Amino acid sequence: MSAILPPTNRLWWKESIAAVEWVWIGIAFVWGMIMFGMMLYWHIFGKQNLSNEVYKTTPEMFAAKAEKFIAENTVRIETGLNGEEIPVAKIPAGGEGYLIARLWNWYPTLELEAGKEVKIHLSSMDYNHGFSLQPVNINIQVIPGYEHVVRMTPTKAGTYAIVCNEYCGIGHHSMLGRIYVK
Amino acid sequence: MATTYRTCPISGLQFENHAEKLMRWNAVAGVLWLLVGGITALLVILTRWPAIKLLPADQFYTILTAHGIDMLILWILFFEMAVLYFASSTLLRCRLATPKVAWLGFWLMVIGGIMTNVAIFQGGSSVMFTSYVPMQAAPHFYLGIILVAVGALLGTAVFFGTLVVAKKDKTYTGSLPLVVFGALTAAIIATFTILAGAGILIPTFFWSIGLIKEIDAQLYRMVWWGLGHSSQQINVAAHVSIWYLTAAVIFGAKPLSEKVSRFAFLLYILFLQLASAHHLLSDPGMSAEWKVLNTSYFMYFAVMASMIHGFTVPGAIEAAQRRKGFTNGLFEWLRKAPWGNPVFSGMFISLVSFGFLGGISGVVLGTEQINMLMHNTFYVPGHFHTTVVTGTTLAFMAITYLLVPVLFRREMILPKLCQIQPYLFGISMSILGLVMMGAGTLGVSRRHWDMAFSGAPFQYEWPGAAYLMMGLTGIFGVIAVIGGGLWILLVVGSLLFGKKLDGGKVSDKPTPIPANPIAQSASHSGSDEHVGVPGTVVLAGLLFVCFVLYYFVNWKYLSEVWLLS
Repeated sequence: MSAILPPTNRLWWKESIAAVEWVWIGIAFVWGMIMFGMMLYWHIFGKQNLSNEVYKTTPEMFAAKAEKFIAENTVRIETGLNGEEIPVAKIPAGGEGYLIARLWNWYPTLELEAGKEVKIHLSSMDYNHGFSLQPVNINIQVIPGYEHVVRMTPTKAGTYAIVCNEYCGIGHHSMLGRIYVK
Repeated sequence: MATTYRTCPISGLQFENHAEKLMRWNAVAGVLWLLVGGITALLVILTRWPAIKLLPADQFYTILTAHGIDMLILWILFFEMAVLYFASSTLLRCRLATPKVAWLGFWLMVIGGIMTNVAIFQGGSSVMFTSYVPMQAAPHFYLGIILVAVGALLGTAVFFGTLVVAKKDKTYTGSLPLVVFGALTAAIIATFTILAGAGILIPTFFWSIGLIKEIDAQLYRMVWWGLGHSSQQINVAAHVSIWYLTAAVIFGAKPLSEKVSRFAFLLYILFLQLASAHHLLSDPGMSAEWKVLNTSYFMYFAVMASMIHGFTVPGAIEAAQRRKGFTNGLFEWLRKAPWGNPVFSGMFISLVSFGFLGGISGVVLGTEQINMLMHNTFYVPGHFHTTVVTGTTLAFMAITYLLVPVLFRREMILPKLCQIQPYLFGISMSILGLVMMGAGTLGVSRRHWDMAFSGAPFQYEWPGAAYLMMGLTGIFGVIAVIGGGLWILLVVGSLLFGKKLDGGKVSDKPTPIPANPIAQSASHSGSDEHVGVPGTVVLAGLLFVCFVLYYFVNWKYLSEVWLLS
């Protein structure tokens, strides 16, 4: 009779299913297929898909490549609020740049051009970090040992912040980076 | 072991002595963990409320770690053990298999829970609920969780054993009741969830004591979420079972179709596990194909299952009410429902909040590309406070109003407050979830101590609306804590001071479930048996419209951000 007793009809699997239930099951199924199809559709026609280009790396290897990029592409040095010197490295249109995530900063500051695609190599030197571009609101996990090559095209000029949004210890809240888009 | 059986005079439920004691101890332990989790919740809320910012950073992260562990693991697992023993021994009216093993499991969980909490409050294990490597906690942090998991696995084994006992002793005929079938689903999911947890936490424990040199950070995330998310699927199966249980107890509701409801539970077993992948959508280490395949939960079969339950639970209630004569209009059955009975009101708020808020936000969050808009933002805790809290916790709270008289044999004290509590807690927690999702949509990070980024080399100003959302989070968070605290007060108060109730007849033999409890006056097959449920159709239609609109609004948001490829 009720859900806490065995089914009254011992052959419950032979009972018919009401039409309205069939309709709802059908709607749920078709909707699931549409949502599945949307992800595929976006991979083909959408403009925001997370890159699949990833390499295994080590903090040492990644840092060496990043330092080389910074040495060759620094356009100016800025002074942070705590007096620290932060290089601003410009990634030329169609070029490649590196962004280090480490306790507790994003290094270096990057400069991009609006409407021009660049490749940004992301990796962590220590713990997990979260690349959270604000106020655009793009969020990507950054994991030590993995070099993630993300192709990005900024749409508008401005000054953007990179918040760390994966908990990385006591200084987590001070891990704030910057991207300029000219 | 010799045992006795008590038939409760209020409910007619039959409690076996060992099972009854185990249920009580597990439920009480769960409530105590909820108390610790609730105190930490208040501290978390008061720190994230930008106008108050109570704790310093180090204490905040310690407290937040404790809040996650004590709520998501300890409160819920202890209560679920009680639910499993209830669904097996009580509903099937048989003795509990191997009560000694069940007690061993209980004490392992107690020791493990305390051990992990000691590690957290010593301060060296502020690694959050997820404890992502290579951030390292003290060895006893991991060891405690492992002990809890082993204890829960023993409890699950006792549940399976009890099903065998019932079958062997022929205490019921035919198939398992639907609620027991749902609990069986939860127990099966629990088994492979706990094995996934062992697969990652045991190596991590060895790493923390120096026996293993390194654990790959991406691999950890993948296997850990086999524990972390799948354990929330145990909750879903458990609280959906409780929805059916409540519908049965309050309304005598019969499932619209045994076949459909059981099939939906089966889909959970087959597909929910893959949902764990949606935590890795913005990770570097997995291919887009892997993400799409897994996050579509293999084409959303598990979502389909939840949509089915979301229809059949209110549908069963509507059908039962219409049979009783509440047939006017679309919603007389709902208007005339016992809204003053906290068992029902809590269950129904749980159903609505889980469906409209938790369910929809979860599917949107779990869409491969849209995830980039929300990954690790405050949206994520907003989502799971409307699944695990207004869904699972509220369902558990509601059913407790039934369990206190029948299981603990005490009348609930302060019945007026009991009536208010599900509304106070359920509504404030639902709004809390909504404003948290709002803050997350504006980019605010989860697990973050300072929206002002003090000490950072740059400045970033969040939009004013984000501060507004965080302020509302503070206000509704505090109200929700009061609502939760009230429940603890009412339950503990009733256990201590409630009027003692008659325990009912005790016998040393179980009374089996009669073969056919209700005379079959009508045929139970054929379409003329189905009662129309137009009100439920309207509610389901509303859910579907909200779902579709919100889903496509988020694609629109996504299309406006920087181009990524």
